[in-house]
Amino acid sequence: MKGLDIHDRPKKLRGSSHSRNPQSSVFIPIRFLNTTSVDPSMASDYSGTPVTLDTINPKVLNCEYAVRGEIVTLAQNLQQELKENPGSRTFDEILYCNIGNPQSLGQQPITFFREVLALCDHPAILDRAETQGLFSADSIERAFQILDQIPGRATGAYSHSQGIKGLRDTIASGIEARDGYPADSNDIFLTDGASPAVHMMMQLLIRSEKDGILCPIPQYPLYSASITLHGGTLVPYYLDEATGWGLEISELKNQLEAAKSKGISVRALAVINPGNPTGQVLSESNQREIVEFCKKEKLVLLADEVYQENIYVPDKQFHSFKKVSRTMGYGEKDISIVSFQSVSKGYYGECGKRGGYMEITGFSPEVREQIYKMASVNLCSNISGQILASLVMSPPKVGDESYESYFAEKDAILSSLARRAKTLEAALNSLEGVTCNRAEGAMYLFPRIELPKKAIEAAKAANTAPDGFYASRLLDATGIVVVPGSGFRQVPGTWHFRCTILPQEDRIPAIVTRLTEFHKGFMDEFRD
Amino acid sequence: MSKPLDYENLNENVKKCQYAVRGELYLRASELQKEGKKIIFTNVGNPHALGQKPLTFPRQVIALCQAPFLLDDPNVGLVFPADTIARAKHYLSLTSGGLGAYSDSRGVPGVRKEIADFIERRDGYPSDPELIFLTDGASKGVMQILNSIIRGEQDGILVPVPQYPLYSATISLLGGSLVPYYLEETANWGLDIVNLRESVSQARSQGITVRAMVIINPGNPTGQCLSEANLKEVLQFCYQNNLVLLGDEVYQQNIYQDERPFISARKVLMDMGGPISKELQLVSFHTVSKGYWGECGQRGGYFEMTNIPPKTVEEIYKVASISLSPNVPGQIFLGLMVNPPKPGDISYERFVRESKGILESLRRRAQIMTDGFNSCRNVVCNFTEGAMYSFPQIRLPPKAIEAAKKAGKVPDVFYCLKLLEATGISTVPGSGFGQKEGVFHLRTTILPAEEDMPPIMTSFKKFNDEFMEQYEDYRGYSRM
Repeated sequence: MKGLDIHDRPKKLRGSSHSRNPQSSVFIPIRFLNTTSVDPSMASDYSGTPVTLDTINPKVLNCEYAVRGEIVTLAQNLQQELKENPGSRTFDEILYCNIGNPQSLGQQPITFFREVLALCDHPAILDRAETQGLFSADSIERAFQILDQIPGRATGAYSHSQGIKGLRDTIASGIEARDGYPADSNDIFLTDGASPAVHMMMQLLIRSEKDGILCPIPQYPLYSASITLHGGTLVPYYLDEATGWGLEISELKNQLEAAKSKGISVRALAVINPGNPTGQVLSESNQREIVEFCKKEKLVLLADEVYQENIYVPDKQFHSFKKVSRTMGYGEKDISIVSFQSVSKGYYGECGKRGGYMEITGFSPEVREQIYKMASVNLCSNISGQILASLVMSPPKVGDESYESYFAEKDAILSSLARRAKTLEAALNSLEGVTCNRAEGAMYLFPRIELPKKAIEAAKAANTAPDGFYASRLLDATGIVVVPGSGFRQVPGTWHFRCTILPQEDRIPAIVTRLTEFHKGFMDEFRD
Repeated sequence: MSKPLDYENLNENVKKCQYAVRGELYLRASELQKEGKKIIFTNVGNPHALGQKPLTFPRQVIALCQAPFLLDDPNVGLVFPADTIARAKHYLSLTSGGLGAYSDSRGVPGVRKEIADFIERRDGYPSDPELIFLTDGASKGVMQILNSIIRGEQDGILVPVPQYPLYSATISLLGGSLVPYYLEETANWGLDIVNLRESVSQARSQGITVRAMVIINPGNPTGQCLSEANLKEVLQFCYQNNLVLLGDEVYQQNIYQDERPFISARKVLMDMGGPISKELQLVSFHTVSKGYWGECGQRGGYFEMTNIPPKTVEEIYKVASISLSPNVPGQIFLGLMVNPPKPGDISYERFVRESKGILESLRRRAQIMTDGFNSCRNVVCNFTEGAMYSFPQIRLPPKAIEAAKKAGKVPDVFYCLKLLEATGISTVPGSGFGQKEGVFHLRTTILPAEEDMPPIMTSFKKFNDEFMEQYEDYRGYSRM
């Protein structure tokens, strides 16, 4: 049989428990398909068919995405078990702390945004008197304003492939208000979430495995997965845990040189600010160094800024990379920057809407044409998401009828997130062998666990990475789902896990208790 | 020092790929529109942009899902009928946190179940929701599946010519090879197995491994509806040649003749029974963008996998999970599409009235356009049996072809640009879809409002006949 035989293929197997340890042999993923209609005899012989594991695109086989990886599969099976046998465990529900999905854990959407979206979805009711009794006046006004920017008020029509012009204008104004530097709506590409925009840039930049993209370690695995899918090479730069996940330019330089010496053409630098999973907010001076580095080394700066509204510490502030470059006097001809923003995070947490954009600056018209062309193959992003992106970048202002309630909702969410971040951070730091940097921003905590030798051995025996082992034990004992650090990569020999700060505030004490009890039990079992 | 995103340093696959639907003609039309010229955009299957109204029921339901606090308002019944309120509650209960939460990466399980039930009602065979994945539009699903299949340029995908250029563009971007099979214009764009066999042997002789075959049924741009016999042949052919069949069925609701109603590839496969029905690999695509829904802007689509090995399904799931989840409102639109109001529901009558109105009008417009084109000099047009397009053949005189060459344009692009400048009608030149050498077409949609059709066709005829007059020999049209 031509192609890769399943037992010979490279060790990059699906699942978050995969470690870089070459000893881990073939891992059989737990089947999540609960289908009852698969005929067992069918499953056995697909060898003659065109699309089998041996013959699919190997880049698909090689890519991984731990956030929804194996631990989640285990959790779903456990959830099913709890449903079928209630009371079979000491806990009665699964707590998904693996994914930045606020509204799945009870966070409420911003009322004003939803009012406007509902009206744009069903404009037929705008002219009815009763509608005024159901919606705030300024949401009705904003809906009219938005619909006037859409030809024929047709929200069900494909738009311009970059997104509706009027909405891009609004976003550009929002960027300018935020940064103090002008933004051009022609630079903006609205996408179904920020992730497709990242994919587009990888598609554009990566020509072969000789093309490298500098990525932070630990990193959000969209980057590693996308680079693999596009056949490129990830060039890691390590964030320094000891200094609050600091980014050292010397580290960037060393990694760049090392990659070059291996014949890799490094094309871009990805920076996630605020960081994911690490939560650090870069200082402005650090950002300046990074801009200078990209300019000097002629790297495209991929600035993932989706957590720009999630800052929890008074001593840090968000500055967009574009703003920092402009402040340094650098313009279009000096540096190429792609800034990514999303409606999924912040205080709005509208993950399911798939709204986002990238702002591209410092690119020639010919290249812009190519980016436009790629965007056009998918025609356009979903209109409702586009509208939401414009709302996020131009929310109610002081004096607007909805401003007070909007601000109250926003403030409640953000201050609650800040409190939860602190509470969980303190709880983690109180655990034996666990140290946790503070979450300055974003939505996660990324504690480091010193695993005892016995635990590491037990993990090996179970064919799992040590942090994966810890995470599955945690799940089993408490129903809490976290993502093992291996899913984000880490300094070899160190172990972490990522836990979101998103469960509702009143659940946090119970989570802390369960986690603490579990950890004590785990350490009792495996302590040296 | 040249920079990474300088033009010469871009991924070649990106530079090679073409997507004419929003290509040169569209860009020129947009320019002219900015200058104040009235443009009739017939380049994209985008019904709502040409005045088709959204169906009322789904918009009511989705508005309620967007703003669930309305459901508690005592006055909500003044604006929303009771069945829309019930339906909104139903879909919200299927989600894990409303419209704003990432769903399962394959889509909300409850919606996938509704789709499976729909497929079973349509075809008479059970469908497994676990093998149905929702995507942000069918296009994304096509890209995901092709990405799984194409390993390199030695992998070929059989694509009909003319085809919807999503296929050629995607194959290009993924670095694979497009293996064309020509549809027979004189046989109403029929699919000839002999053509297929030739295409495959030619590809194989060039060292290409042909891996999959795309059929678009009803066809785009050609509109033909495949007969059951034809589908059987195609399935047998794929089975014998070890190909996975990709069935683009997004226009299944758009049927304008009664001789060949829509029949899904899956139904024909299951009807065939025997080993083929358990082994032939098939992926079927559908969307909310077409049909009588026309909800292009929602980006709602799905694909259904048949006889794909579980491990492969897992890998496809894995890749889907990198993008977290398809947009939830689009998913709800899909649920509503497969599960519309039923007789007895408050909204049923209105829903039927609206849907029938749209479909019957599309049928009439298909006829008006076909007849209109056929009345023009040097234009021959097959009837639009289905989908949303008309694809007339324009027999360009040699002098016109010369003039095009002089202007540095492909002949049908030349013609379409002149048409645009003269009439404001924005079409897509046939070269964007592929056609036989020396044969030219353009694609237009049948979507302009019914009352606008006669003046549009008159305007076209005037332009065309004058164009032909200008470029013909005195002795009339002569073949090249």
